[in-house]
Amino acid sequence: MSRLRELLFPLGAVLCAFAVGAVVVLLVGDSPIEVYRLLLGSALSWPDGIGYTLFFATPLIFTGLAVAVALRGGLLNIGAEGQLYVAAFATAWVGIKLTGLPSLLLVPLCCLAAMGAGATWGAIPGLLKARFGSHEVINTIMLNFIAVALVGYLTQYHYRLPGDPIMESVPIGDTAHLPRLGSFVPGLPERIPLNVGFLLALVAAWLVYVLLWKTKWGYEIRATGQSPAAAEYGGISIRKEIVLTMAISGALAGMVGINEVLGYRYRYYDGFSDNYGFTGIAVALLGRNHPAGVLLAALLFAVLQRGGVPVDAFTQLVSKDIVQILQALVILFVAAEGMFRVRGKR
Amino acid sequence: MKLELRNVTKRFGAVLANDHLNITIDSGSVHAIVGENGAGKSTAMRIAYGFYTADSGEILVDGTPRDIRAPRDAIALGIGMVHQHFMLVRPMTVTENIVLGAEPGSAMSLDVRKASGAIRALSHEFRLAVDPDAIVETLSVGQQQRVELLKALYRRAELLILDEPTAVLTPQEVEEFFAILRRMRSQGKTVIIITHKLSEVLAISDRVTVMRDGRVVGDLKTSQTSAAELARLMVGRDVLLKVEKAPANPGATVLTVRHLSIDAAGGASASRAARHAPPQRRRVDDVSFDVRAGEIVGIAGVEGNGQTELIEALAGLIPQSHISGSVTFGDRELRLFTARQRRELGIAHVPEDRHRRGLLLEFSLAENAILGVHYRPPAASGPGTLLLDQNAIDQRAELIVREFDVRPANPALPARALSGGNQQKLIIGREFELPPVLLLISQPTRGVDIGAIEFIHRKIVAMRDAGCAVLLVSAELEEVTALADRVLVLHNGRVAGEVNPSTATPEQIGLLMTGGRR
Amino acid sequence: MGDVFTISLVFSTIRLATPLVWAAIGGLYSERSGVVNIALEGLMLAGAFTAAAVTFYAHSPWIGLASASIAGAVVAFVFAVICIRFKANEVVAGTGINILFLGLPAVLSGALFLSSGSTPQVPRDELLPTVWQIVPAAPPWRILTDVSTISLLALVVVGCTWYVLYRTPFGLRLRSVGENPEAADAAGIRVERIRYSGVVLSGVLAGIGGAYLSIGQSSLFTRNMTAGRGFIALAALIFGKWRPVQTMLACLLFGFADAVTIQMQGVVKMPSGEDVPVQFIQMIPYLVTIIVLAGFIGQSRAPGALGVPYDKEA
Repeated sequence: MSRLRELLFPLGAVLCAFAVGAVVVLLVGDSPIEVYRLLLGSALSWPDGIGYTLFFATPLIFTGLAVAVALRGGLLNIGAEGQLYVAAFATAWVGIKLTGLPSLLLVPLCCLAAMGAGATWGAIPGLLKARFGSHEVINTIMLNFIAVALVGYLTQYHYRLPGDPIMESVPIGDTAHLPRLGSFVPGLPERIPLNVGFLLALVAAWLVYVLLWKTKWGYEIRATGQSPAAAEYGGISIRKEIVLTMAISGALAGMVGINEVLGYRYRYYDGFSDNYGFTGIAVALLGRNHPAGVLLAALLFAVLQRGGVPVDAFTQLVSKDIVQILQALVILFVAAEGMFRVRGKR
Repeated sequence: MKLELRNVTKRFGAVLANDHLNITIDSGSVHAIVGENGAGKSTAMRIAYGFYTADSGEILVDGTPRDIRAPRDAIALGIGMVHQHFMLVRPMTVTENIVLGAEPGSAMSLDVRKASGAIRALSHEFRLAVDPDAIVETLSVGQQQRVELLKALYRRAELLILDEPTAVLTPQEVEEFFAILRRMRSQGKTVIIITHKLSEVLAISDRVTVMRDGRVVGDLKTSQTSAAELARLMVGRDVLLKVEKAPANPGATVLTVRHLSIDAAGGASASRAARHAPPQRRRVDDVSFDVRAGEIVGIAGVEGNGQTELIEALAGLIPQSHISGSVTFGDRELRLFTARQRRELGIAHVPEDRHRRGLLLEFSLAENAILGVHYRPPAASGPGTLLLDQNAIDQRAELIVREFDVRPANPALPARALSGGNQQKLIIGREFELPPVLLLISQPTRGVDIGAIEFIHRKIVAMRDAGCAVLLVSAELEEVTALADRVLVLHNGRVAGEVNPSTATPEQIGLLMTGGRR
Repeated sequence: MGDVFTISLVFSTIRLATPLVWAAIGGLYSERSGVVNIALEGLMLAGAFTAAAVTFYAHSPWIGLASASIAGAVVAFVFAVICIRFKANEVVAGTGINILFLGLPAVLSGALFLSSGSTPQVPRDELLPTVWQIVPAAPPWRILTDVSTISLLALVVVGCTWYVLYRTPFGLRLRSVGENPEAADAAGIRVERIRYSGVVLSGVLAGIGGAYLSIGQSSLFTRNMTAGRGFIALAALIFGKWRPVQTMLACLLFGFADAVTIQMQGVVKMPSGEDVPVQFIQMIPYLVTIIVLAGFIGQSRAPGALGVPYDKEA
């Protein structure tokens, strides 16, 4: 019964969100049926629909896992946006600086750079909370702004191709490229940016599952999130857990950089993130902070994001911001889970 | 004011807290409601006060059925309640607390002077001395209780419900409190006290209602009954008030505490009772004692006198910067060891707040059974002991559940599904299975039903007989004197004295609890 | 560096602190009643958008202001229902509101104005006036011509809040509900009703703060124009120990940091003689917030029941 509720409840939240979204569309003057048809329909075609959807899902899986791990540890990581920017730049930097190294060496190094940079940017608010008790929500948001400014500065002043009007870095070395899935999946053209990063995301989801439920580290993270007083009593160092959890969360968010830089653009492209960090929050909450749920939720939001393009193009009044509205509504309905409790308690 | 509960029933989820209760309280009397923890006494009175609404049944005030949906309604009818855990807003003044909800003056302006004047008058009339401008946080527990009483009297309560009013008072303060009750009765007020202390019931009440498992099982005139009869009604069978134990055979000294002091900030993680104490002074003040293998040293004292901090400090849960003095375990200076390391040394800790400290309520019994030892074999194994060994974890859980009679015996259940007594048995099982060299136990049977209490007491004695050193803290004086071989009394964080539990009288111990010297 | 610290700095500070004060004092009502209000950012955006859109049609900043406060109240009420009635995690719900107002104004302005997120510009004479503009008989001292009526009103609001909080029954009840809702309930106070009031008030005030941004300091609404001010206001509230006057001072401090930042652009040079990259200057307010929070949170004592939904049958 409880398992059924675990599944029904996120479904209920999604349906409610869609219902309210429909009202918004009506208010704006468009047809909800038309909008939703475009939103959901374009994800199903092969190869473009499915290919792009899975590609869009990849960063959402990473940020969703990041927020999920943090929530399991009792922390709300709103800083995935900043963490992934710093990580993307770091991975590009390694790819630029160490051009010439063989793939077998360069790709792992770039990946480590992404995870390391993300972990560091995540550990900062963790340390601030552990040492000073300042709330991670405000600090992560501040660091988001700082990260964007920092990375923008580095790109603009040091790593841009002279004369290039676009805010992007010079390209990374060829050996740092991650192959597109099109190169070994029959029927999938290589122009679709779905790449090995997606497989990495699946592996990351599995590793998060193992971490949280099969290792002592995961036990300690979950215990701290459940009850810091009891965890402390059990000999767990709360401060250490806060920093560790934020670092792992940051590392996961940072892996977005791998997909983006090594598998898609092959350079650092300023502003590449389409609110992946915030969407990750919705993904984690909808997925009940469980890797399997995160995969499904990421898929749903990727479908919406893919659908946002034709909505933007083919409807008169509604823009693809409707997707962001739907995400926010999902968060609100998931947060209000008391709404789905059976009446009669009072 | 006469109060009557007729066929009152209340259910909380699966638990039937009140089952068709019929209780009549006569006007101008002191009426006691007794029962074990979980018998439903507080629930019934909270319904009368409007905190909860009954599922069925009715409440009659002076013969008329009344609809009491919120404390507002009860207050309007003249019913007041003083809860077990005081309902005071600590950073505000006495006056602000008393007038809250019934403020004099207009909506635009609070008339503080008028309020202070009214309070001084009431205070004088009932001889409840208190300073209206004092901040509640700085008051002693006895003073805070007076503020609570004034709150009810300010609203012209004719009927007062007092929930476990003497839980935090010393024996002398209890006498003063009884005098207040007698004064109120002589003024025509009706008083209901909810308690599990039978001696007090016999001392102060006119009638007593006994509850068990949500039902009324007895309604007697106090002068016509006895403690034994009340106990039997409460429990349903003859109660063994004495613990069977052989004389202690103490061995080597295991724990040596010298000049231990803990400052106020160190008590920050402490329990609710400890927070009643004024903020400035030291929580533990120059305490020294020893505990030997094979003996039970009991710490007696009213809650809030440093017991919580003492145990938490010994368990390693208070930061070292707040502690001075020395604690030696065997030949090691314990203060250099973390909480985790202390468990490794063989120091087990049964915490006083099992919901907050002792258990991860959403986790399964199995996961709770390894809390504290989860990072080393047998719970963890593999390279770097990173992976959890589910088989070993389940086996350990099953062992604990079996040996310590935890019900229901299903290690996959979440800990919150268990009753208080079973949760406590789980924790005790987990700690006893370490196995410990030194056992720190605080409030081992709080909120636990009688069957489990006897079981737990026997296990503690068995631990002692097996050579373990036991340091036991309890607010229940009978428990401490029954179990311990030596008793230290704490008052204001200092050791007021040491007594032999088999020879000392409650009066002697009570005197020490208030700081008097022997 | 002398070019940076001029008298203009004082007026810049007031200007930049004003939206913070409105939002922070709004947050104070909510948080003192025990409800964490992370949604100040979203509430400000709601107010800013509504003010700009309505003023464009109604040609009056005061109507715009009023509608902004209503918008803030409505959004805050929804937030309150989610947190109080459904006992949601307040931080998560607040985050949802914030994300909602990243996208909703864009969709609405797309429908109303066929734009991609901004509202059309409001003419100068329809913006919120300065103090001098409503008292033209007074001499044109800078303190009147360079200070908006909304800034002056902010000062009044701070004073009123102090009085309400400490000298009226409502304030007493609000504080008690935030410290110990069980005690308040036992005293007969309607805990939920007080919390709803606190949250809705925070919406009204934060909405006005947002309105000041769009039709007071600027002349239109642009996407995400608050740029984190709602969070900075929250930090100011914590820094100000949840007390009205101290919170206002904290807002002034943050406003000052912001003002210095702006003055520095183009004035302060790197050792090499080049301009300081704009990104570094942009970072300053956010760095200041982090440092202030880290340094002062330990000394702040939050309302006792902050962030804990009241569930008496729990």
